[in-house]
Amino acid sequence: MPKEHANWSPYDNNGGTCVAIAGADYCVIAADTRMSTGYSILTRDYSKICKLKLESLMEKRIRNWLFAYLGVELASQSFRRIKDKCDFQVYLCRFMVWEYLRADKSFMASSGFQADVKALQKVLSSRHLIYQHQHNKQMSCPAMAQLLSNTLYYKRFFPYYAFNVLGGLDSEGKGCVFTYDAVGSYERVGYSAQGSGATLITPFLDNQLKSPSPLLLPAKDAVTPLSEAEAIDLVKTCFSSATERDIYTVSSYILVFSFSYAFALSRGVNESSRDQKINTRLELD
Amino acid sequence: MPSCLSWLQNRSLVSTAGLYAFGLSSDAINLLSVNQSAKALFQAMDSLLSPEGDSQRTQYPYVTGTSVIGIKYKDGILMAADMGGSYGSTIRYKSVERLKQVGKHSLLGASGEISDFQEILKYLDELILHDNMWDDGNSLGPKEVHNYLTRVMYNRRNKFDPLWNSLVIGGVKNGQKYLGSVSMIGVHFEDDHVATGFGNHLARPILREEWREDLSFEEGVKLLEKCMRNLLYRDRSAVNKLQIAKITEEGLTISQPYSLKTFWNFAAFQNPTVGAEGSW
Amino acid sequence: MVNILKYRCLKMPSETMEVPKTGFSFDLCRRNDMLAKKGLKSPSYLKTGTTIVGLIFENGVILGADTRATAGPIVADKNCEKIHYMAPNIYCCGAGTAADTEAVTDNISSQLKLHRYHTGRESRVVTALTLLKSHLFRYQGHVSAALVLGGVDVTGPHLYTIYPHGSTDTLPYATMGSGSLAAMAIFESEYREGLTRDEGVNLVTKAICSGIFNDLGSGSNVDVCVIEKGKKEYLRNHLTPNPRTYVSSRGYTFSKKAEVLLTKITPLKELVEVVEVGGDAMEE
Repeated sequence: MPKEHANWSPYDNNGGTCVAIAGADYCVIAADTRMSTGYSILTRDYSKICKLKLESLMEKRIRNWLFAYLGVELASQSFRRIKDKCDFQVYLCRFMVWEYLRADKSFMASSGFQADVKALQKVLSSRHLIYQHQHNKQMSCPAMAQLLSNTLYYKRFFPYYAFNVLGGLDSEGKGCVFTYDAVGSYERVGYSAQGSGATLITPFLDNQLKSPSPLLLPAKDAVTPLSEAEAIDLVKTCFSSATERDIYTVSSYILVFSFSYAFALSRGVNESSRDQKINTRLELD
Repeated sequence: MPSCLSWLQNRSLVSTAGLYAFGLSSDAINLLSVNQSAKALFQAMDSLLSPEGDSQRTQYPYVTGTSVIGIKYKDGILMAADMGGSYGSTIRYKSVERLKQVGKHSLLGASGEISDFQEILKYLDELILHDNMWDDGNSLGPKEVHNYLTRVMYNRRNKFDPLWNSLVIGGVKNGQKYLGSVSMIGVHFEDDHVATGFGNHLARPILREEWREDLSFEEGVKLLEKCMRNLLYRDRSAVNKLQIAKITEEGLTISQPYSLKTFWNFAAFQNPTVGAEGSW
Repeated sequence: MVNILKYRCLKMPSETMEVPKTGFSFDLCRRNDMLAKKGLKSPSYLKTGTTIVGLIFENGVILGADTRATAGPIVADKNCEKIHYMAPNIYCCGAGTAADTEAVTDNISSQLKLHRYHTGRESRVVTALTLLKSHLFRYQGHVSAALVLGGVDVTGPHLYTIYPHGSTDTLPYATMGSGSLAAMAIFESEYREGLTRDEGVNLVTKAICSGIFNDLGSGSNVDVCVIEKGKKEYLRNHLTPNPRTYVSSRGYTFSKKAEVLLTKITPLKELVEVVEVGGDAMEE
């Protein structure tokens, strides 16, 4: 009897597009929020961006440090308030605050098969947690990049169908973007697009931000010359254009944005209003 | 089957940086990742790829239930499913209950293979039992149950032995409404309204148009019935005998089975050929 | 009449010059079969992953369509026309392979025109239906056109769906294409008999929008065509619910220009002799 039933597949493509741009002291990561299968939409509000975040015990420890240095009066205020004060008042605890403020060092945006992406995020998050317990600090973005590569390659013969970009700040506070294939081959770049709209967005970014050739000696910096506002504007354009020609991309998207507070602190400038932009969802109008 | 893995062969390497991948010892990675050797995997893939794989795995479903629809409403979650059980294209069973309570706060609806669903209920019974044995006054909420099912489904797909279901999980705990869904390969998400199978095509367009956060119970039921009627008209394995379940902070109620009013009396339906006289 | 045509076609070659036989050329089918067996992938065609609908209202028929044409995941045409002209009183929406829907409607449309010249009467919708279904049946589904045919003739308003293999349906409301379920969800819950023109147009628009927003194969704008006794209205881009989402105030420059390496102009007059021939041999 011939089989009439459809055979099942362990993979699916849930669509979506991710873009990341690195600048001198910032990194922009963006992804659309639709999850689809075939021609139908599963949900219109799904974040493809994963924050590899500061562990809560460490956060408490840093709070306690601040408590010791600043006294009850300041430490009992909301944490955000403390940050403002630190900017111009407390020199002593700058190092700890600096560590705290630079809390979330990497963000991973992924498209592909959602169940695999979720599994990958869980592995990375738990590895990051253990790292923090063992080393009493967070993993740097380049270290996370290597871990991601290893994690992907570990599944070389039953791969995670996940197409990732990892963005964040390196140990110098410079923006960095790492781009991957599904089995762990990766590269540090100045900008990258992954997912269903990547074929449309990449040539546009190439044209607008052509980074220096990686063959140049001495090596040139890969980061883009744009200001942060220009980079966000460029990302918006990328998404609204890809939406018109790629059926798997929509233009309402999440935009996560991080930058070096260290810069602001060492210059003694109170720029903390900028942190409101972190993890902002931008709706295109 | 080969086509679904073909991207694997076609994938392009970004650069030669693949070599970096050997950096971390595999022992370290083993601690956390799925422990599955490449050899076992190839065997699994082989048996799946071969046309007459002599495995005990579910390669196709036998008795299946069709769509489940779930929505959030003012006070909690509403869910609807019909009671048909299809054996291929035969509607073999007509009183299959596909909406079940899980623990104190959750409601589970299933489409797909009925026997797999009953297996899942067994797992969940055990889960809830072990949770109760802590006797700490704490109990698993819908979010936890959803997460558990997500891992169960994904792990089974990793073993190439999927549970052939699409599940909808809803519930209320500590005033928080929760509604989510998992597919047979582990794709999962939360939303204000979800539907499985045909419901995704026929019910969700209606839900996206008409769903509101502050839907009353009556409005919610009306909306679900509208969707179920659509499915009844257009999904061949749907039957006109359904249940609607409600879960709120107060608890769960599942309705008695009942039927929907239908309308088949459009003039053009009465004698379809009269409109095409002269043709065949 | 059909016999005479055939006779002429068969006779002609021997008398004058090679005139190709009517119908499709199947010359390379065997070769293509062989290549396919060896693993060659045939190119994909432009598909109109589509939502097309039609309904009967109190005094006529309304057809609707989205305007997206896709090639795989890429949008090939953002504003194409899927409501094709068949006759002054008949229109036809097409889903499937773009080339097939256009060719088959064009072909049948010209046959209808000839038939009108022959009979001096308005075409009937059932005639178009019969011609379309026999054409599609003859090609056993290889002409992949899924159609919604609608029109008003001497016998009243008619609405049909035609499947690629040639089966047809007579319906009060119909949907086709990848967005057919999304659109049908609207019709099944809101259609009733005796809709007014405006209610009908609104319902068709709503059904198409349902396809545009819920089906990834459909998108862009809504086209509507209202056919009543003795009059029709083609509302091209009746609704445009998908304007561009963001335009950068900065604007963009694309600095890297193509470099001109060589410029050479060859005047054709020096190579060939152009003789102006008087008279109007080729004109009527």
